[in-house]
This record gives sequence, C-alpha cells and structure tokens, in this order.
Amino acid sequence: MSEMKKIKNLKEFSTSADRFEGANLLCPGCAHSIIVREVLNATNDDLVLAASTGCLEVCTAVYPYTSWDASWIHIGFENGSTAVAGAETMYKALKTKGRLKQPDRTPKFVAFGGDGASYDIGFQWISGCMERNHDMMYVVLDNEVYANTGGQRSSSTPIGSSATTTPAGSISYGEKINKKDMMGIMGAHHIPYAAQVAPNKWKDMVKKIQKGFATEGAVFINAVSPCTTEWKFDPKDTMHIADLATDTLVFPLYEIIDGRQYNITYRPKNVVPVEEYLAAQGRFKHLFKDQYKYLIKEWQERVDENWAYLQRREEAKV
Amino acid sequence: MENKGWDEFEIGAMLRTFDGSVDNIAGTKQEDRSYSENSSYRASVADWRLIKPVFNKDYCIDCQFCWVYCPDVSIVSRDKKMVGIDMDHCKGCGVCVEVCPTNPKSLLMFGEHADEETEIAQWPSKDEEK
Ligand SMILES: Cc1ncc(C[n+]2csc(CCOP(=O)(O)OP(=O)(O)O)c2C)c(N)n1
Ligand code: SF4
Ligand code: SF4
Ligand code: SF4
Ligand SMILES: [Mg+2]
Repeated sequence: MSEMKKIKNLKEFSTSADRFEGANLLCPGCAHSIIVREVLNATNDDLVLAASTGCLEVCTAVYPYTSWDASWIHIGFENGSTAVAGAETMYKALKTKGRLKQPDRTPKFVAFGGDGASYDIGFQWISGCMERNHDMMYVVLDNEVYANTGGQRSSSTPIGSSATTTPAGSISYGEKINKKDMMGIMGAHHIPYAAQVAPNKWKDMVKKIQKGFATEGAVFINAVSPCTTEWKFDPKDTMHIADLATDTLVFPLYEIIDGRQYNITYRPKNVVPVEEYLAAQGRFKHLFKDQYKYLIKEWQERVDENWAYLQRREEAKV
Repeated sequence: MENKGWDEFEIGAMLRTFDGSVDNIAGTKQEDRSYSENSSYRASVADWRLIKPVFNKDYCIDCQFCWVYCPDVSIVSRDKKMVGIDMDHCKGCGVCVEVCPTNPKSLLMFGEHADEETEIAQWPSKDEEK
C-alpha cells in the first residue's frame, strides 16, 4: 500500500489538486459534488471510478464534456458497482501474472450511485460485490429520492416525505414506508468496513474514506446528500441542512467493522430537535398542518429509538 | 467546440480529459494541466448566475471552509491561502458565504452586475450582535 495522504487540518486538505471539475450541470448548491470532492481529495493515488445513472452521472458526462480527471466509466443504472468490481478483478489478475505496467502504483477503485441506484435498482449487484469482497469502495449519494427523474420515492425516502409518486395532500401525508436500513444490511454482509458520512463533517468523512482506502476488501459508504431541488430548500443552505441532519441524529455518523463492531464517530454537543430538520425543508412542509402534526412526534421517537439502538450495538461489541 | 446533433453522438464514446500523456494529476494544479477541449474545466457556467459572490481578503482568515464546501471547485486556494473565485465555474449558490465564519464575512453575495471594487469599498462593518 502506498503512503496515506497527510490531512491534519483543513488548510492542509486545501492544498489538494481536485480531480473533479466544475461547469458540470449539477444544480447550484448540490451536495453530490461536495461529497465527491471530499472522497477523491482524500487520496493522491490513481483512481478507477464509476457512477451509476443519476444526477451525478448525468450532469458530469454531458457529451462532449467530462468533469472527471481520472478513469471513469458509466454503463447503466444498476451496475456502477460491478463495473468497478470488474476493473478491480482485472487489475488483480494482471498483478498476479506480473503484467502490470506500473506495479508500484496502488489505484483505488470507487463506485458512486444514488439511493435509487443503490437501495433499489442496483441492490443485488452491490450485494454481490460486497459478498465477493472486492477490494473496492461503494459510495451512496443518499438524497432519499430519484432526483434526476423528478423526485420519485425510493426505498430510502423517509416517512412523511412528499415525493412525486407519494405526494402529500388532504388524504395522504406522503411516503408511508420507513427508510431502508442499508447500513444494517451492508453490515450483515460482514464486509470489513461500512460507514455513514456527511459532507458537513469533512474531517470525519476524510478519516473514514482513508480508513476505507486502507482496508483490503469491500467498503460501503452511505453519504447523506441534501438535495436543494427535491428537499426544497434554498441552495445556499445545503451545509445548514447537512448540519441539521447530523445534529438532530436523523443521520447519525458511525461505522461498522467486520459487520459486528459499531462505533459512533460523532456525538453532537447539543442535539437539535428533529422538528427543526423537518421545518427547514419543503418536502416535509405538510407535516406542520394540524392534521399531520402527530407525525413529528413519531419522527422524533423513531430517531431516538435508532440512536439508542446504535449505542446499544456499540456497547455490546457484538 | 462544434455541437453535435442527437443522431450524431458516438455510441460508447470515450473522452480524454487531457491532451497528451499525463502523470500525477493529483500533484498538478489546474493551471498547470493540459486540459483537452472535452474537459468541463474548459466550459463555463457563468451565465447561470443571477447573484455572485464577492471576496474581500481584508477579513479572510484562510480557514478554507469555503474551499471544502464549494460544490463547484470554484474557490481557488493555493499554499493554504484563499486567493479568489473562479468565475467561469461558480454557479452563484451562496454556500461559500454561508459557511464563511468571519465577522463581517469575507464573502458576500451581490447582483451579477454589481461592481466588485465598489462593493468592497462599502463592505459592511462588524455585526455586533454576532
Ligand atoms: C434501468 C433504468 N431505469 C430507470 C432509469 C431512469 N433514471 C435515470 S436517473 C434516475 C433516478 C436516479 O435516482 P438516484 O439513483 O437516487 O440518483 P439521484 O439522481 O437522486 O442522485 C432514473 C429513474 C434508467 N436510466 N435506467
Ligand atoms: S436535483 Fe438534487 S441531487 Fe440532482 S443535481 Fe439537483 S440538487 Fe443535486
Ligand atoms: S457561490 Fe457557490 S459555486 Fe460560487 S464560489 Fe461560492 S460556493 Fe462556489
Ligand atoms: S470561509 Fe471566509 S475566512 Fe474562510 S477562507 Fe473562505 S473567505 Fe476566508
Ligand atoms: Mg437519489
């Protein structure tokens, strides 16, 4: 393994030379690109990248332009994971045969996919990659909706969110099914490393990504990606929404080692009521009508319960 | 670059980001790279903006929050110093202004056609309530 890039503080991090470019077509204030930058800038090693169909892919590969400064491939919606797994397998084979042109280089293999691509449509493919324990990292850009096609619900969409296929109105409060516990499912694959990250906590993110790169075997990362368009907030507020996501514990930051050891990596000093997170986004606006207010309380209870569960798992060390 | 019609796309196209052979991109700053005409670095989204950020270096503490949180790689930092904004790639989202911790802020949003020098000359002073 090559030496880990030294990133002690933000000033040092800012000396990174980005391998992702602007003038892509992502919305102003989109968190996808903030996450991608933090992930790619965590290493100076060569990169083999893929993206599944979705906002990130569609907006960074608009013919005749590419926004990627490293090997990058898009095939379909479901197979960003297997595209990278294929490249990694070829790399290993060439290495075994002594046929690598530059054997001293240590490329990192990373696939990006949206929640639609990961929680739903590419689910079995990711599961296969994790089960086979490819030496790769899979990163979900989790904006809890099929954003690129106009905001249909996915199995990551949380209860009470108004999506185009689960619209809120006088007889419905929107999505009725709870968000899939993807971290738990990935943990159950007993992969060496899985982590939940958020772009506002760049240091926690970089630490986990570097840990992932140093891990031999499959790594799963779930990154919360506030979507200005579908979550309905002002583009300038992306990081504020991300702060609310982590500080209300709606998106707790933790890692799972070997599918067993849970480590919570961020404990907010002041835990913010979930109500503030909901109130800041148009997709939850209807929850503040008298008719649906009871759901805010239920939301808080769910978040508290999940936080208690994570702490129990961490303590139990099983 | 010549725009192609929908029926003129090359199926399975491969784009080269750089002209010629390259090595160690992670160790090469943007200004020293040989971007090809297929890199979006060579494109501009300046016409997306209705409002734009203006940078006043007098108050800047080089914390680099704007650098790490700019979605569009438009904060130019060199040798740990914030040196300016890449106005070809900035989309005017305003995230950099929100995350700037100084008082007064070192970055503020103005109308796209505002004159930078004028705005810097009349920069707001310290907000005592904060
Ligand atoms: C097999 C297949 N089904 C449907 C589509 C249409 N499609 C393209 S992008 C997209 C939404 C992607 O959602 P997600 O994976 O969550 O990524 P996001 O755009 O939200 O980042 C859909 C449904 C497709 N390209 N391929
Ligand atoms: S719709 Fe959302 S995820 Fe897609 S580009 Fe816009 S902000 Fe980003
Ligand atoms: S306004 Fe947005 S795109 Fe422009 S420099 Fe600031 S954060 Fe970057
Ligand atoms: S966030 Fe503000 S103080 Fe920090 S580097 Fe940017 S402009 Fe300077
Ligand atoms: Mg999505």
